[in-house]
Amino acid sequence: MFGYYVDLALRSLKYSKVLTGLMVLAIAVGIGACMTTMTVMHLLSGNPMPGKSEVLFYAQVDGTPASFAFTHRQEPPDMLDYSSAIDLWRAGKGNRQALVVDSPVRLTAPDMKQPALMEMLLSTTADFFTMFDVPFKYGGPWSTEDDLRRSRVAVISADLNDKLYGGVNSVGRIMHLHDADVRIVGVLKPWRPSPLFYDVAGGRHAHGHTADYYSKPEDVFTPFFTGLEINDGNFHQYNCWGAPKVVGHLTDSNCTWIGLWVELDSYAMVARYRAFLAAYAAQQTKMGRLAFAYDTRLRSLMEWLEFNQVVPGDVRLQTWLAISFLVICLCNTIGLLLVKFIRRGGEIGVRRALGAARRHIFMQCLVEAAVIGFLGGIGGFVLTLLGLGLVRRQAVPYADLAHLDAGMFGATFLLAVLVSMLAGTLPAWRASFIAPALQLKTL
Amino acid sequence: MDIRPILFTLRRHKLTCCLLVLQIAFTCAIVCNTIFLISQRLERMRVPSGIAERELVYVQMAYIGKRPDEKARAAADLAALRSISGVKAATLINEMPFDYGSDNSDVRTDPAQRMPVLSASQYFGESAVKTLGVQIVEGRDLRPEEYVDLSDAFALLAAKQYDKLPSAALITRAMADRLWPGQNPLGKQYYVGKSISFTVVGVVANLIRPGRDRLDVGAQYSSVWPISLTLAQGAFLIRCAPQDRDRVLRVAVDKLKALDPNRIVLDKGTMEQHRRDFFQNDRAMAGILLGVCLALLIVTALGIVGLASFWVSQRNRSIGVRRALGATRGNILHYFQTENFLLTTMGVVLGMVLAYGINLFLIVHYELPRMPAVYFPVGAILLWCLGQAAVLGPALRAAAVPPVVATRSV
Repeated sequence: MFGYYVDLALRSLKYSKVLTGLMVLAIAVGIGACMTTMTVMHLLSGNPMPGKSEVLFYAQVDGTPASFAFTHRQEPPDMLDYSSAIDLWRAGKGNRQALVVDSPVRLTAPDMKQPALMEMLLSTTADFFTMFDVPFKYGGPWSTEDDLRRSRVAVISADLNDKLYGGVNSVGRIMHLHDADVRIVGVLKPWRPSPLFYDVAGGRHAHGHTADYYSKPEDVFTPFFTGLEINDGNFHQYNCWGAPKVVGHLTDSNCTWIGLWVELDSYAMVARYRAFLAAYAAQQTKMGRLAFAYDTRLRSLMEWLEFNQVVPGDVRLQTWLAISFLVICLCNTIGLLLVKFIRRGGEIGVRRALGAARRHIFMQCLVEAAVIGFLGGIGGFVLTLLGLGLVRRQAVPYADLAHLDAGMFGATFLLAVLVSMLAGTLPAWRASFIAPALQLKTL
Repeated sequence: MDIRPILFTLRRHKLTCCLLVLQIAFTCAIVCNTIFLISQRLERMRVPSGIAERELVYVQMAYIGKRPDEKARAAADLAALRSISGVKAATLINEMPFDYGSDNSDVRTDPAQRMPVLSASQYFGESAVKTLGVQIVEGRDLRPEEYVDLSDAFALLAAKQYDKLPSAALITRAMADRLWPGQNPLGKQYYVGKSISFTVVGVVANLIRPGRDRLDVGAQYSSVWPISLTLAQGAFLIRCAPQDRDRVLRVAVDKLKALDPNRIVLDKGTMEQHRRDFFQNDRAMAGILLGVCLALLIVTALGIVGLASFWVSQRNRSIGVRRALGATRGNILHYFQTENFLLTTMGVVLGMVLAYGINLFLIVHYELPRMPAVYFPVGAILLWCLGQAAVLGPALRAAAVPPVVATRSV
């Protein structure tokens, strides 16, 4: 029966080409707009660490110095001051912990005769690579001893390895960072978490301008203290109470500028870590260093991303716009389908008179709607590819991420067929109630 | 024209009518809000900067590490830039208008205030006012003897010698009005942190602060402090006649590289292009919104054409009867036009309510201002015109139906 309905649908579609064209076009445009924005939304609001995000936490202690206890505070600053960060890291109460801070650094590869580059340097601790499942192509991460000894070692990104060394194994080579020589111990495989979650901070003050959270990871990674030493003078504060003594040198300043991620494998550990943070803040407040003891937070990765509203406001707005656009296209299609089915009243009357039940008519009309939806889906798919092409050409940090994966490809057709069948339900129901006698009389 | 027969006919097509009205309502609501969003973006892009945009070029150099003679090297670089023919002024500036990020400080009019009055950005750089081309409307410019080097300022801060820090500052009109509404700001004091105070010596008309996230919250909250910079802390900003910009930029880069070949040009260009880059996302977004708006109107117009054509073909016979009974072509044409007008009006009325609702949603979720009332009639007129244009074709076809149709059986 289904095959017959499809055949009937195709005949009827051929019979009124203009009307069919209008409906297919409306669905294609609606689906195209919707799927383009949905794909971008899907890419930007996804989980950057699937399977691991539940055990990764961002620790916050309010670094406001005691002398600023008079200020108003609702949330701790998004980053830690140096003393708190180091104390919490040294305590080692999590399964793993990583300090993160990035800074721009001048870089040269002495043996490659290329002009100097400015790249972003991430100063972090050894656990970073295991915690975040960072894939290595050559070599591996440094050790915790390297962290403590301030070893002059570095891990570089695949991009930088291609740029400097043409993609060959560069482990063991010496690179010049700022004024210091560092030895490369590891080269990463291409790695592009979306968003760059470990650097996210300050989203609630960004007013939706959060596209930068989707930039590429840093190109150079060094042990935390090594980075601080080498690139001293180039660090940026997140927030300060009083200016630092020397610009860009923040280790002894009243500034917050370091992030701390901890891996906690069980609920019990999370609870223990929360208690530990609270106890630390209380102790520091008692000592007269910090102002707000009650102000600690421990958010899981996804909570932290949500708190920072990482999906850019423009993208969310575009998604709403596209959905409402699809709704209007749906209205349009319902109207046109209604016209189409009622116009064929005569034909439907004959079928009913020959013994087709109401549900047969209903099914036939629904199949016709689905066929239109499928055709619209093909158009919508082409338009989605076009739309994503446009997104890729936009000057936004996430442009290179915009592509259609298999899931979204399937979703395009599914959505198109579903939408058109939804649109077809009402007209099909109306068509199935066409009285055969009345129609036959007019034939 | 009597609308009762039209309403009577429409009652027999309730479902199709409802659909059409709904579609028009949605379209009207979304088009109203989209046009409003577009106008918001355009307004954002038109924000006055208060600087001589067409006369500025910039060169940003990479950090070149600490060297003992930084001040002397900065002076030499600036002297070299100022010696280029056509250069009116040059400075090392800590941040430029239309940078993506910005440095801001909390400002209090009384150091004991719990909440700061506002947060403002601060520009540093010798002769920054002259180079930027900012217009001073009250008071005076900063004097050369008031300037303190940034590193020295930090050292003074560390030594808690606050009285030796520079205390004169220029602020914008907008900032003065917010800090001391209705009062003369000259000679007034404001506080950054607890112990640093500034005395306002001059007020500038406009000076936009950098930062993409700062445009919506006090775009003009900027101040200029008498602090001079060395190479590692700033970018070179050069002012020259608009037609000299390309040449000056080229010569400037050559000269700077000649003075120290061991540095990297991170970025260079004209302020005009810097402004364009700053707003490129807004421009793209405005384009997308406009595209969506047009697509919506086209889809809705096609829907109206489809339904109207159907009605015309369905009523072929009655049209023939009416023509045979003496109705003119004009009568038939007007009938369909009035019918469309009625449906569009219903849609528009519903659309206004929806538009208001969507606007409320946007206010809550996207910190958008309330939509001015003028957008409602704009949307209505647009939809009325669209409806009339869309129905014209089918209506003309209806008017062309000859009276003889009445005598045929179908």
